[in-house]
Amino acid sequence: MKKSIYLLPVVIVLILAGFFWFSLGKDPNRLKSVLIDQKLPLFDLSPIQGYNKGITNADFQGQVTLLNIFGSWCIACRVEHPLLMHLAKQQEVIIYGINWREKDPNAGSRWLRRHGNPYRLIGNDSHSKAAIALGVTGAPESFIIDKKGYIRYKHMGPIDNQTWYEILKPIIEDLRKK
Amino acid sequence: MNPFFIILVLLTTLTTIQKVYAVNPDEILNDPVLERRARDISKGLRCLVCQNENIDDSNAELARDLRLLVREQLKTGASNQEIIDYIVSRYGDFVLLQPPFKAQTWALWLGPPLFSILGIVAFIRLFYRQRRRTRNDIAMHSNTEEK
Repeated sequence: MKKSIYLLPVVIVLILAGFFWFSLGKDPNRLKSVLIDQKLPLFDLSPIQGYNKGITNADFQGQVTLLNIFGSWCIACRVEHPLLMHLAKQQEVIIYGINWREKDPNAGSRWLRRHGNPYRLIGNDSHSKAAIALGVTGAPESFIIDKKGYIRYKHMGPIDNQTWYEILKPIIEDLRKK
Repeated sequence: MNPFFIILVLLTTLTTIQKVYAVNPDEILNDPVLERRARDISKGLRCLVCQNENIDDSNAELARDLRLLVREQLKTGASNQEIIDYIVSRYGDFVLLQPPFKAQTWALWLGPPLFSILGIVAFIRLFYRQRRRTRNDIAMHSNTEEK
């Protein structure tokens, strides 16, 4: 009976080892956003060069939108771009773009001319004001915003077919019914 | 070479070595008090890009924008806590390099002292038991000798 106390450290070490083992598989870059189910922060983004309208909070009212953070400097954004183009063409969802941290004010519109523009509206965020307000840590990141302007989902990294069909699309369709 | 010259060179280089910060000269506020506070806040905030650096040391562009945001808010008269609270409200507790003491982090904060105490208690008990045993052994030994 008394001898069993010597097993206690072993048990504790095993529990800790198990905990650490499972933590190994977690990607530290994927942080759970604290903004889920919160109202979109206030923003009034100016348009990028060559466009005449930016984005304000009013633009999110009455429809479910996909808000995408992109930059011409962002390589992973190129990866997801064809899918965004496809979604826009098929009118699957309204996509708004936040053009994040362009040093050259023309770079964003030049990039869209070259690769196509899937965005209904584009806002300029050269000093990360909106990005920080949205808790963005890197590009691309995408948010699903419901009809009342609440953030319902955040996806970090490029959207691929699987993410779209298995995660984002069902959430969007569900929110549309509400 | 003149030894005096070598000493002079060593002295000047050694005394001018400083920790290199990522803060660019154009970011620094004119008001030294506000700048001091900006530094204090920045040191406690994690850079979200290079996660083991604080934003004061990080060269990431997001860190730079966060530093600028901190300074901008300081200039509008915000308190240190207000600024930190704002950034935590955007990025969560993860952005704080020192995790706050709350229900979710009890194990983190209380675990080490708890296990230290357990260890010390176990050690002391073992120590006294051992001493008692040795004493008994000696006593028994002397008893047998007397016989």
